[in-house]
Amino acid sequence: MDNLLWIFVSALLVNNFVLAYFLGLCPFLGVSNSLETSFRLGLATTFVMLVTAICAWILNTYILIYAPYLRLICFIVVIASTVQFIEMLIKKLSPALFRAMGIFLPLITTNCAILGLAIFATNRGYGFWEGIVYALGAGIGFTLALVLLAGLREESELSDVPALIKGTAMNLIIAGVLSMAFMGFAGLFSSA
Amino acid sequence: MKRNESYDEFIKGIWRDNPVFAQVLGMCPMLAVTNSAVNAIAMGGATFFVLVGSSFLVSTFRNIIPKQVRISCFIIIIATFVTIADYTLLALVPGVHKELGAFIPLIVANCLILGRQEAFASRYPTRLAVMDALGMATGFLIALFSLGAVREILGDGALFGVKLFGENFEPWIIMILPPGGFLTLGVILLFFNWFKYKKDEFLADVADAERSSR
Repeated sequence: MDNLLWIFVSALLVNNFVLAYFLGLCPFLGVSNSLETSFRLGLATTFVMLVTAICAWILNTYILIYAPYLRLICFIVVIASTVQFIEMLIKKLSPALFRAMGIFLPLITTNCAILGLAIFATNRGYGFWEGIVYALGAGIGFTLALVLLAGLREESELSDVPALIKGTAMNLIIAGVLSMAFMGFAGLFSSA
Repeated sequence: MKRNESYDEFIKGIWRDNPVFAQVLGMCPMLAVTNSAVNAIAMGGATFFVLVGSSFLVSTFRNIIPKQVRISCFIIIIATFVTIADYTLLALVPGVHKELGAFIPLIVANCLILGRQEAFASRYPTRLAVMDALGMATGFLIALFSLGAVREILGDGALFGVKLFGENFEPWIIMILPPGGFLTLGVILLFFNWFKYKKDEFLADVADAERSSR
């Protein structure tokens, strides 16, 4: 239990996917202009990460032991098709849920945070539950980083910023400061 | 004329449409592995190989690949090249491979590569596609190297592991850590914005002068 909690907090804060590993930066910088959208994108990403963790575990345990060099291709194909299948299922079963996060699903399948999750979980030899908890932590951490940046960006829209800095440059510097703040969480574990 | 055309495709990736500084693509590997110049070059080299290889293949087969499933085809082609690059690096430079770790397989998810296949290689003849890929990859390599060099010099006081400053240099550890990546790229982009702003101003001045002289 302790171990699972550690994995969760580590993926959520200390090794935050966006701010410490630089994964999923494209949506991080591209979509984070409104709080609402970034929350929904975060939700969808968390969901896809859970699916990914399950797929990766199944592939690793049953198939890839015979052909490790096919790992990358297998991951991509299986994850992309599973997500597409689930997208169709959601569309059929719950139109409301589909409207909330459906449009993002195809976009994030080839996101590096998703693939990164599968590869990291494999490299560390996580089991089934560890993988799920890791995905949950990483997904919520991603949502947290996205929502924080979106909040800051909405504020900065209203303030008087020189035209030269506006845009990606400013977002990157804001992200740098956020990342510095998240580094402080590393202290959580050094004493424990 | 013909040579000029492919030269144009090559040069635009290096400066005008530089994948990192102008289009802000391929950020994930860009920031994650550029804490030293050597890592940056290894990453840039791997991306170079994958981009040129897959552009060549995609544009050669562009008339055979069905439109509806083209994205999946591109991704499988890219993933194949990435796997080759991964195992080659593992065999040749195990140390660097270990340091880059999971970021080599993640080249697959680099939006720059898929973007070039979709926007360019699948529409143009092989020669132009390869020139375009060469230019884009060189631009990416230059961007990676400049970021890696700045971070290594400030964060470690060294370049390629060779100490540049005397004993009294206090390294800015933050530059090697994740925040340094965001900050360095932010500042570089700022510089590019300023450069563009100055250029626009200059062009406007020239236009004004022409108008008044008339």
